[in-house]
Amino acid sequence: MKLKTLVAALAIGFGAGAFAQNTGPVRIGFITDMSSLYADIDGPAGGEMIKWAAQDFGGKVLNRPIEVLTADHQNKADVASSKAREWMDKEGLSVLIGGTNSGTSLAMSKVSTEKKRPFIAIGAGSARLTNEDCSPYTVHYAYDTVSLAKVAGTALVKAGNKSWYFLTADYAFGYSLESDAANVVKANGGTVAGAARHPLNASDFSAFLLQAQSSKAQILGLANAGGDFTNAMKAAKEFGITKTMKVAGLLVFINDVHSLGLANTEGLQLADSWYWNQDDASRKFAKRFFEKYKRMPSSLQAADYSAAANYLKAVQTAGTTDSDKVMGTLKSMKFDDFYSKGQIRADGRMIHDMYLFEVKSSKDSSTPWDYYKTIAKIPGEQAFTTVAESKCALLKK
Amino acid sequence: MEIFGIPLQAFLGQLLLGLVNGAFYAMLSLGLAVIFGLLGVVNFAHGALYMLGAFAAWIMLNKFGINYWGALLLAPLTVGLLGVVIERLFLKHLYKLDPLYGLLLTFGLALIFEGIFRELYGASGQNYDVPELLSGATNLGFMVLPNYRAWVVLVSLLVCLGTWYLIERTRLGAYLRAGTENAALVQAFGVNVPLMVMLTYGAGAALAALAGVLAAPIIQVNPLMGSNLIIVVFAVVVIGGMGSIMGSILTGLGLGVVEGLTRVFYPEASSIVVFVIMVIVLMFRPAGLFGKEA
Repeated sequence: MKLKTLVAALAIGFGAGAFAQNTGPVRIGFITDMSSLYADIDGPAGGEMIKWAAQDFGGKVLNRPIEVLTADHQNKADVASSKAREWMDKEGLSVLIGGTNSGTSLAMSKVSTEKKRPFIAIGAGSARLTNEDCSPYTVHYAYDTVSLAKVAGTALVKAGNKSWYFLTADYAFGYSLESDAANVVKANGGTVAGAARHPLNASDFSAFLLQAQSSKAQILGLANAGGDFTNAMKAAKEFGITKTMKVAGLLVFINDVHSLGLANTEGLQLADSWYWNQDDASRKFAKRFFEKYKRMPSSLQAADYSAAANYLKAVQTAGTTDSDKVMGTLKSMKFDDFYSKGQIRADGRMIHDMYLFEVKSSKDSSTPWDYYKTIAKIPGEQAFTTVAESKCALLKK
Repeated sequence: MEIFGIPLQAFLGQLLLGLVNGAFYAMLSLGLAVIFGLLGVVNFAHGALYMLGAFAAWIMLNKFGINYWGALLLAPLTVGLLGVVIERLFLKHLYKLDPLYGLLLTFGLALIFEGIFRELYGASGQNYDVPELLSGATNLGFMVLPNYRAWVVLVSLLVCLGTWYLIERTRLGAYLRAGTENAALVQAFGVNVPLMVMLTYGAGAALAALAGVLAAPIIQVNPLMGSNLIIVVFAVVVIGGMGSIMGSILTGLGLGVVEGLTRVFYPEASSIVVFVIMVIVLMFRPAGLFGKEA
């Protein structure tokens, strides 16, 4: 009896899963850090952006209602992958959008490849997603560690800052950011004087900064993010490091600059994919965001909206939510919206312009959140991993 | 001149920085030790109270225009008052139960406080500037020490020694210690024991908040700042011996220095060295370095 019930339940479960793919609501899943250190740069507001994209699309695609599911992965890869699996099996999820934290996105990419569902990584930085671990179902939409390193590194070395010292978060993301940046520095004729590794969520950076200072390098490259970045930056200012070395933040979001204040960040150069004050269309989006959240959107939140909107367009064009057909359409589309102009390459890497910004001094900043001036706009072909550099088999066909 | 292959200057610099961190460990573990010694409560909310102290300072500055010096006094008072409320409302019902209940209650409270502040102020944290008078740095020859860090060490040492003196050397302290041995007897001598216990928890909370105010200009004021620190502080208390006042002060300072030196010799181990020491100490002296064997 029990066995029969179980089999019946399983049959219904599988049936519903297959069924929901072609009829019923089109479900978009979004899994990110909703409550911990990365919650401000993406988090609940990022989920809301995907809902906005669905509403602005008319709430329906192919005459089917659009539903957005959101979940908190708590920065745990296993939580992220089991939630993804559950949604794909039981809710007939059409597309999964991944938020911050590279570990969780790599795990979700594996699940979506196994289940053959499109996965769009936005908040995660690791370039592995479209390189060693690339998949026909994975799209890496906003930025990656390679592009950050190329954009910030090339510009700084060319400006005469030849010797670098790295302060690196002691985990996968920090290592890949450091090694990508070190490669760029060396390729442009610079040198790496050394590196100090600090544990994740370290509250005290003074000891590492003292080592950096004694290296006599010109640039202190911060290969960390979020709270680690802000605390390191603050201590660098306090210990007078900023007087003898120039600090380069390799992954900085506008929320970090806001929370540190211009006095602590003035002159900092950083790479990002989008800035709210870059053009009229961006300002319009930012104004709408500001009215709800009383802060400006990060590049990730803008990318969340853009990615969801473009996915829905692809579904409309393909006339189906079938994964392979939608992926084919996505990769043939030319994107052009407030976030960026670009195209998805065969390896899943979305190729678009990247920017090098410099943080303004408080006297140059005229309105609230007026923080960046654009130093350079780097074309996507130069900013991201080139076809020749890539190890992804999808590019070699 | 070099020590173990490290230039003397760098060595001295790291020693001093270790002492600064040790000052925070000492002040936080002191509060924990006092609360555990007198109430028998393992106060897991200590990190959250530290965070509340830092946030209180930030709110006072940005909403009420109270500067650092005012906050140094008012923030601990406010959080101390909150401690009194917590003791009256919740903790006092738990003294007769297993210490595990107090631990779970305070852990829950910590999660609630963190959640509220994350909801109100987000996860990226707020910036609190170093007060004018203490900004700048002094060149000591072997390193440039920000004046504010020197101030932190000074305040922390004064507070720690003051607390130790109060508890170990004064009549009030004698009542407190007697109250933990035999509350009923002390009560019979006309001392209001419940009042004393309530104020003790309040004072412990105020100590944590004071550490929070001191930390605010150094690190980002962030809802998670307490939970990042509290585990290390617990290890410090365990190593020093639960409930030993002088033990927790000395262990706090000492471990700060050990941690600082680990950052020079083998940075990757700096986040676990305290726990390695804890394991070793527990193997040979289960009651801690300064604790009395039960």
